Amino acid sequence: MGIEPGRLQFSWISSAEATKFVEVAQAVTETVKALGPNTHFVKHEAKVA
Amino acid sequence: MRAYTEKIREIARRLLEACTVERVLGFRRGSVPMMNAPCFVKTPAEAANLVWDSNCGINLANYLTSRSEKIGIFAKGCDSRNIVTHIIENKIRREQLVIIGVPCHGMIDRHRIAAMADGEIREVVEDENNIIVQGDGFKKVHNRHDVLQANCAVCTHRNPVIYDELVADLVEEPGDVDRYRDVREIEALSAEGKWDFFDDLLHDCIRCYACRNACPLCYCPTCFVDESRPQWVGKSQDPVDVRTFHFLRAYHCAGRCTDCGACERACPVGINMRVFTKKLEKDCLEKFGWEAGLSLEARPPLDAYRPDDPDDFIR
Repeated sequence: MGIEPGRLQFSWISSAEATKFVEVAQAVTETVKALGPNTHFVKHEAKVA
Repeated sequence: MRAYTEKIREIARRLLEACTVERVLGFRRGSVPMMNAPCFVKTPAEAANLVWDSNCGINLANYLTSRSEKIGIFAKGCDSRNIVTHIIENKIRREQLVIIGVPCHGMIDRHRIAAMADGEIREVVEDENNIIVQGDGFKKVHNRHDVLQANCAVCTHRNPVIYDELVADLVEEPGDVDRYRDVREIEALSAEGKWDFFDDLLHDCIRCYACRNACPLCYCPTCFVDESRPQWVGKSQDPVDVRTFHFLRAYHCAGRCTDCGACERACPVGINMRVFTKKLEKDCLEKFGWEAGLSLEARPPLDAYRPDDPDDFIR
């Protein structure tokens, strides 16, 4: 829909898989940091004329 | 088409006279050209109001939701598939319905015809192959194949999939139709290209929700856009809210949409929001081999678990 690949990620982690959660969280953070700040799907304040 | 109308009136009259059904759902002539209106007929005499031509693009299954009486309904291919979906989703029972199948030759695109006219259209009549459009000081004749609704032009289920009787002989289903060319074109765009494409597509949306109201799938008592606690989506004209509405609505139709085109037809500003539902339709077909509304026995993909479901996007 116009969101860069990598900004949206899916994962299936059981409550018993703490290590996997850490790995995924770190990987997601890194990927998103590399992409930089999100510019799409951001609501700006209404512009008043 | 005149033969269809005669036959439709005759069937409706017979069903009502015999009290087989309490009411019959069909189309009557609209107050403006190309806008036939759905109508319930309750007495045999009223059956004379029913018509059938190339302007019956509204999906009649939309009017069956949670009805309790016995209803006779005229169904094109797409209507019949949405009737199946309604039955599967427990919105109506099969025993309540007398389905009169109408083999469909495709409906005409009112947006396109209006765009091609040189002024206000006063009258639209048709014969076997042509659509004759008349207005103030102009007259145009279109070949009906050139002005079909976009979804009708790529339709592969013209014949009703479920019916008790037929208005006419079944029509030939077109064999090799490339249904998803437009979707593939969008898929091929870059992320930025997609963003711009959808920005452009939805630019004119006024959030009137006509697409939702015309859609037989959108029968939730409270739609997510109308909820205020929690408020899932902003109510403004902000492009983010507009986009959220269209994407979310499309996802609610995943595995259920039959591409009847009612949403696009109902849109007052002519947005082709079918690209969203078609993408999901394409995914359903490619990943799950599913086409909505073809069988009363099969369960839809979002309703069934299979160990071999494609899930390569999940880590």
